Amino acid sequence: MDKVMRLASEKGVVLFSKSSCCLCYAVKILFQELGVTPTIHEIDEDPEGREMEKALMRLGCNAPIPAVFIGGKLVGSTNEVMSLHLGGGLIPLLKPYQTLC
Amino acid sequence: MNSPSTQFVPSRRMGIYEPIHQIGMWGENFKSNGNPSASVIFEVDNKLENESETASHEMLAPSNKHDQEATKPIDKIQRRLAQNREAARKSRLRKKAYVQQLENSRLKLIKLEQELEQTRQQGLYMGGGLEGGHLGFSEAVNPGIAAFEMEYGHWIEEQNRQICELRNALNAHISDIELRILVDGGMSHYFELFRMKSTAAKADVFYVMSGMWKTSAERFFSWIGGFRPSELLKVLVPQLDPLTDQQILEVCNLKQSCQQAEDALSQGMEKLQETVSATVAAGQLGEGSYIPQVATAMEKLEALVSFVNQADHLRQETLQQMSRILTTRQAARGLLALGEYFQRLRALSTLWATRPREPA
Repeated sequence: MDKVMRLASEKGVVLFSKSSCCLCYAVKILFQELGVTPTIHEIDEDPEGREMEKALMRLGCNAPIPAVFIGGKLVGSTNEVMSLHLGGGLIPLLKPYQTLC
Repeated sequence: MNSPSTQFVPSRRMGIYEPIHQIGMWGENFKSNGNPSASVIFEVDNKLENESETASHEMLAPSNKHDQEATKPIDKIQRRLAQNREAARKSRLRKKAYVQQLENSRLKLIKLEQELEQTRQQGLYMGGGLEGGHLGFSEAVNPGIAAFEMEYGHWIEEQNRQICELRNALNAHISDIELRILVDGGMSHYFELFRMKSTAAKADVFYVMSGMWKTSAERFFSWIGGFRPSELLKVLVPQLDPLTDQQILEVCNLKQSCQQAEDALSQGMEKLQETVSATVAAGQLGEGSYIPQVATAMEKLEALVSFVNQADHLRQETLQQMSRILTTRQAARGLLALGEYFQRLRALSTLWATRPREPA
């Protein structure tokens, strides 16, 4: 879906989320703790939300949201973000986008 | 039901009754089957006779005992003896039936107590704490949870076996290759538990969240349905000395990222609690109708399954990272330390449960 691809390829950290999703909230908290302010798209507040959700599913994440893109590349959902972080691979990816708190 | 004491009345009466004493008032149509209309009264044991049906056919008409001593028809005496034997036989049969019934009741009671203990251990499950008073035993067991509990029992047995094996292997200084097999086995065993929990969470997420399948001391440390990954690191790291500088750095980074992930999930859980609470309390309280609020809250609670899975994923990831950072021997020591830590917690639970208490 064009809209999703366009939004996803924006610079920086992009997070597709739903305002009601508490797991998405957890991911937001994590980014905050790491000194990153992602661009958040709440798809439940978007008129094309359902289309976007389907498009995100097709990208292969185990859950459509939360979906994290860094520098245009898909990182994945909560599982992938957590694994990456514990493996020490998340912070290097975020370095260019970290703002000092 | 006859009370046992009266069963013995006939034999006692037989002792009292002297066969030579004449009882002339016996009717020809006297029946030994307890026909009350043909009953004759024994003067001697009146009280006991009133309680017992055996007594009825042996009751004699009052007062004539002494007058009839003169005539002693043998056949009547014989008949009386026969009737007594019959009465005694019936007593014994009744006693046997009664004892049999007591035995059956006892077995039933034992079985019920066992069932009760099992369901009590399932805790939450029986609607305890909810106004689900209508949840009777008939609605009880979720097969998914029953299966999990059984599998968990086996898991613990296997865990104990593996701990012993690790201990022996480390003491015996076996080769790294052989040790690696044990380490991989230990890791797989934990991953197996996370798989089991994931299935159980789909069956009943509240059950997994409650930690009811674990012992009380383990439950004390519970975080989203299991142990805290950061706690795991705290237990393990002191047991792993000496670590290289590189390892120390990597463990430090792991501790930090683990803590950050844990905090994020904790805050997500708090948000979920707030959301569910707000949903349940929505609208006017006290109106007595709440179906929409409860239905919406149920939808939101579905997210709990994701949280439990995410927490287990974090535990698994922490274990895997440790395994990557450590040498085989260190990993073996780490698994042994972790396994023994949980064994001690389980022992603590047992001791706690059986500690002497102040009388109420």
